[in-house]
Amino acid sequence: MTSQESAVTPDGVATDSVIHDIGFRHYDGPRLGRGWAFRSLFYETLRGSFGLGRPAKVKIMPWVLIVLFALPSLVMVAITILTASEELPLSYTMYPVAISLVVSLFIAGRAPYAVSRDLRDGIMPLYLSRPIRRQDYVYAKLLGLSAAVWIFVATPVTILFIGALLAKFSVKDAIFGWLGGLLMAAVLSILLTSISLVLASFTKRKGLGVAAVLSTLILLNGFVAVLVSVVDMQSSETAASYFAVLDPYMLVDGLGAAWLGVDTTFLYSQPDGALGAVYYSAVLLVVVTGCVAILLRRFKKVGGV
Amino acid sequence: MATITTSGLTKSFGPVTAVSNLTVELPSGVVGLVGANGAGKSTLIKMLLGLLSPTSGGATILGFDCLTDGLKIREVVGYMPESECLPLDISATEFLVHMARMSGLPADSARERAADTLRHVGLYEERYRPIGGYSTGMKQRVKLAQALVHDPKLVFLDEPTNGLDPAGRDDMLGLISRVSSDFGISVVVTSHLLGELERISDHIVVIDGGVLQRSTSTADATQFAGSLLVEVTDRADAVIAKLREGGASVAEGRNQGSFAVELTDDDVTGTVVAAVAELGVGLVRLQRKRHQLSEIFATNDSPVEVAS
Repeated sequence: MTSQESAVTPDGVATDSVIHDIGFRHYDGPRLGRGWAFRSLFYETLRGSFGLGRPAKVKIMPWVLIVLFALPSLVMVAITILTASEELPLSYTMYPVAISLVVSLFIAGRAPYAVSRDLRDGIMPLYLSRPIRRQDYVYAKLLGLSAAVWIFVATPVTILFIGALLAKFSVKDAIFGWLGGLLMAAVLSILLTSISLVLASFTKRKGLGVAAVLSTLILLNGFVAVLVSVVDMQSSETAASYFAVLDPYMLVDGLGAAWLGVDTTFLYSQPDGALGAVYYSAVLLVVVTGCVAILLRRFKKVGGV
Repeated sequence: MATITTSGLTKSFGPVTAVSNLTVELPSGVVGLVGANGAGKSTLIKMLLGLLSPTSGGATILGFDCLTDGLKIREVVGYMPESECLPLDISATEFLVHMARMSGLPADSARERAADTLRHVGLYEERYRPIGGYSTGMKQRVKLAQALVHDPKLVFLDEPTNGLDPAGRDDMLGLISRVSSDFGISVVVTSHLLGELERISDHIVVIDGGVLQRSTSTADATQFAGSLLVEVTDRADAVIAKLREGGASVAEGRNQGSFAVELTDDDVTGTVVAAVAELGVGLVRLQRKRHQLSEIFATNDSPVEVAS
C-alpha cells in the first residue's frame, strides 16, 4: 500500500521551463446562474455552427457553403447594376427558396454538430449537473442553430439589399423588401432547425445525422414537386397549393405570399386566399411545436438520469 | 460540520429499489462512498444534485434542499461522472471555458479559471490540443478539472480511478487528496475498491443494495486498533519476556525472531527500543501496522466487495 509521494507536477517530463505553483485561488466573484448559462450554451452553439473555436478542418465546410450561397447574390447585384436593370433577378424572399439545396447542405452539416456530438460523447451529464434545467438545453440548441442558419441565409439577402441601394432603386421599397426577406429567413431557419434537430437527435453518429437530414430535405423537395404537379393535373392548382406545405421551402415560400404579399418562387406554393394563408400559418405552427415537443421528449431520458 | 444530510432517502424504479431509506450525515473533507456496482452510489449522487427526485425522504446539501434548490446546488457543486463525457474535437481549454460559463462564471473569470484549473490538475501545453488525442489519464484529469473549474464547495467524483493504470491511480488519488487539503473543497468520492478509498478518505460510507451498511470516520476506525511488528536478530524470547515483564501484550509471530506488540499507547515504541538495546540484540524491523478497513468490514454480516 505504500506509494511514492506523488509529485506536484505529474507527467513532469524534464523541461527547462519552470511553472510556479501559486496555489489554488478561490473564486469570490458573481455566479450568474441559469440565464447566463442559457446564453452561454446559445452562444457556443452559434459559434460552433461556423466552426469557431474548433479545429481548422471543421471550419472548412460551413465557410465554403457560406461563400457558395452568397456568390450568386454578388453576381446578381453586378448584373443588375451593369445592365441598369429595373429590378433584382430574384427577390429577397425568393433567393433562399430558389437556392434551397445549399441551405439544406448547411443545415444538414450543422444540426448533427449541435446535438449528435453531445449525445455520442456523453456530454449531457455535464450540462445537467450545471445550473440549468433540462429543457433549457433543448431551447438553447434550437435558438443557437436557428440563429446560425438565419445569419447564413440573411447574408446574401443583405447583399441583394446593398445592391438595390447601389442600383439606386427606391430606398423605401428596398428597406421593406429587405426586412421582409430577413423575416422570412428567420421563419425558414426556425422551421428547418426544428426538423433537422429532431432527425439529428436520433442519430448518434454524426455522418448518419448529416445523411438523414440531407436526404429528408432533398427527398421531400423532389417528392412534393412531383406530388403537387400530379394533384394539379388530377384536380386543381388550388388543391395542389394545399399539398405544397409538405416541403419546408415551399411552405415558407407560401407564407411570404400570405403574410407579406410578395410573389412566390413556385407556382404551387401560392396560398389560396385567406383560408390558404391561415392553413399555411397553422402548418408552420404545428410542425415547429411538434418538433419541439419531440425534442423535449427525446432529451427527457438522455444523460442517464 | 455535515455537508450532506439525508433522511429516509429512498428511490425506486418500478419494482427495483436503488436507494432504500438512507439516513446518513457526511462531514466535510474526503468522504469515500463504497459499494459494489449497482449498489446505488450513482443514483444517490443524482438525487443529491437535484436531478432525480426521490421517491420519499429528502436531503440537504450545503444547506440547500435537494427537492427544491437543484439550481442553487448545481451552482456550488461539481460533478465528475463515471462515464466518458468529453467532446473529442475541441481543446481542453476551450471546453473548460465553456463549462465554467455554463456554471455561471462571467466570460473573463471563466477563461482565467479554466487555465488555472487545468494547471492544477497537471495539464500544461497539451491543453491547447483537441481532447481526442489525450491518454486515458489526461482525459480523467480534464473530467476532474471541469468539476472544479467553477470553484465549488463540494465535488462528487464518481469512480475517478476507473480505467487508470496503477501509476495513474496513485496520481489521481493524490490529486483528490489535494482537492480537499489544498483547495479546501469537500469531496465525495465513490469506488467499488475500498482499499484505494481508505488511503485518502476521512470518512467512509458503505452502501450495498441501496442500504446503508456503515458510516465511520477513517481515523476512528483505524487509529488505536493497531500493533507494532518487531523483528530482532537474536534472542527473541528474552526480548518478549522482558516486554511482558513491563506489562506489554505481545503475540509471538510465526517466524523465529519476530513478534507483534499491541499498541496501547504512544510509548510502546520507546519501550521496545529500550528493551532491545538493553539486551544488546540487533533490531531488524520495527513497523507500525494499522488495521485495514477491509478487516473491519469483513466482520460485517453482509459482504462488501473488497479488493485492494
